[in-house]
Amino acid sequence: MEATMDGLGSAPVEPISKAKGTGRIADPIFVALLWGSGIFVLILLGLIIAELFQGGLPALQHFGLEFIWTASWNPVTENYGALVMIYGTLFSAVIAVVVALPLSFGIAFFLTEIAPQRLKQPIGVAVQLLAAVPSIIYGMWGFFVIVPLMAAYVQPPLIDTLGQLPLLGLLFQGPPLGSGMLTAGLILAVMILPFITAMFVETLESVPPMLKESAYGVGATTYEVYKNVSVPYGRTAMVGAIMLGLGRALGETMAVTFVIGNATRLSASLFAPGATIASAIANEFPEAQLGSLKLTSLLQLGFILFVISFIVLALSRALVRSRMD
Amino acid sequence: MKLTTALGAFAVTGMLFAGSAQAADFTGAGASFPAPVYQAWGMKYKEKTGNALNYQSIGSGGGQNQIINRTVDFGASDATVPAEKLAANKLLQFPTVIGSVVATVNVEGIATNQLKLTGPVLADIYLGKITKWDDKAIADLNPGVKLPSQAIVPVYRSDASGTTAIFTSYLSAVSPEWKSKVGSATSVQWPAGAGAKGNEGVTGNVKNTKGGVGYVEFIYAAANNLVVTQLQNRAGKFVVPETKAFEAAAAAADWDNAKDFAASMIDAPAETAWPIVSPTYVLLPKDPKNVETSRVTMQFFSWAYGKEGREMAEKLHYIPLPEAVVKRVEEAFKKEILTPEGKPVL
Repeated sequence: MEATMDGLGSAPVEPISKAKGTGRIADPIFVALLWGSGIFVLILLGLIIAELFQGGLPALQHFGLEFIWTASWNPVTENYGALVMIYGTLFSAVIAVVVALPLSFGIAFFLTEIAPQRLKQPIGVAVQLLAAVPSIIYGMWGFFVIVPLMAAYVQPPLIDTLGQLPLLGLLFQGPPLGSGMLTAGLILAVMILPFITAMFVETLESVPPMLKESAYGVGATTYEVYKNVSVPYGRTAMVGAIMLGLGRALGETMAVTFVIGNATRLSASLFAPGATIASAIANEFPEAQLGSLKLTSLLQLGFILFVISFIVLALSRALVRSRMD
Repeated sequence: MKLTTALGAFAVTGMLFAGSAQAADFTGAGASFPAPVYQAWGMKYKEKTGNALNYQSIGSGGGQNQIINRTVDFGASDATVPAEKLAANKLLQFPTVIGSVVATVNVEGIATNQLKLTGPVLADIYLGKITKWDDKAIADLNPGVKLPSQAIVPVYRSDASGTTAIFTSYLSAVSPEWKSKVGSATSVQWPAGAGAKGNEGVTGNVKNTKGGVGYVEFIYAAANNLVVTQLQNRAGKFVVPETKAFEAAAAAADWDNAKDFAASMIDAPAETAWPIVSPTYVLLPKDPKNVETSRVTMQFFSWAYGKEGREMAEKLHYIPLPEAVVKRVEEAFKKEILTPEGKPVL
């Protein structure tokens, strides 16, 4: 402190006019740069959308809007439709959120309310590390560890028991391939878990201690505080977190390609192999030839994925806003 | 955190590319199936001549796209390109080596080369019509072999690939039902089973799944000691997948009447021929922009067709081209690849 004071004292004081002079030149440049950065994002996004739409337009012109609900992807007859992939994308993402949500709630509440101080950090770091694992690693882990486990120990008993039920049984039918919708959903759940958890923790930590202490003060139990104070207080942010996780699950490519079974067939079963938009593009793109209907159909698929992600994001924002009012 | 990792990875790959670009004298891109032998040839050729090959295995379709756009000196493709498309893009198509596809299985108590299958049975398995290993159709082919009553899990390549094109061409050739319902292409609408990415994905899936069956390139099966099956050929004989069976198929092909060297070896009629054999091709511009690299490319393949190149290919379990075909390819080099002035490049 003293040193700085001394330094200030000994340095010659710059004339104010000179200092303003540099500001006069620097300011407009700085402002222009900021404008440029902001506009750049808009232009980039616009160009990507335009490029995808334009690239996929021939497919749309050829098949019409039917492209969206045609359940066929046949490279031999060049009859392409997006339904199987759209269904697979949504189905696997919903499984992921359904599995990840309760776990995230549990971890987040444990970390903020229950965990002793010395456990908090290792668990928190572990959750963050999950987010740092590259998706190809999840793919390999899923392929070599989870798929055989599912094929040997999870699917056969479920097919023999739940698969025999009327109606509900439809979800548990088919041969035990190991790979399939459920496996993909589980891998995705692990992948989106850290994101949802991190945002939940942040939300729960932002609950004013006074509110919680007041609740404890009138005799509420831990569960009651959680249910009646913490969750309602952070509800908006939590919905945002879930939507963010859903958005990430929709576009995940590599890990899903490894474990989803990559079949362009429509099936209600959790165990049936399927395909997502991202996995179909990853699989087919290298062999799609310039100017072919396949390439434009893949670009059209990409555009559809863009639209779906956009809708999810818009929904989440709308939800968050409505809760805030 | 994620961003910095991504940037770091980007910087590293950037450096790698820069490093290889400096040494690379001629570039190729395309099929992954011949990539190991192209890379081995490239290394040896650089030692001998200093001309380095930079080959990127990006898939046959990618190879065709790149050479049509002229971003590489040669493209590589497992599937043949239609004659009209070759003419429209001024490309010469020629074969380099011959490869084969085999069926691999994971059935308890079945050793390699033990199980006998026919083309129609294989087609019915992939059609989802034969679903158990002790099905009568399979049991009749294998008297004395104890087959479990286990579900068959057909595994296919999920990524579009030349291997799938060869395999589905074979199934189309032997099964009318397959031909009408599914057909052949680098990827098809599979009626049954699950897809896995790449040869390693199919192998891993078959190894992990009891009752699994898949198809992979022979070089891959040989390198990984996979359990492979016998197949019945067109002559009605059961053959074991091995080099001399592939050579028999290559010799039986009708090269003389094949336009653009597109000779089919699928389901070849010879007694000892393995039924799923196919050459892999290279595409070369007939009007090269860069005459120098075009010449180096042709010199490279001429050298690869020679004794040293053949031995290297054989060591990697590829089948070299028959000598007569090599002669015709080299004639085509001299006749068809021309400089802007209309003179032969070689």
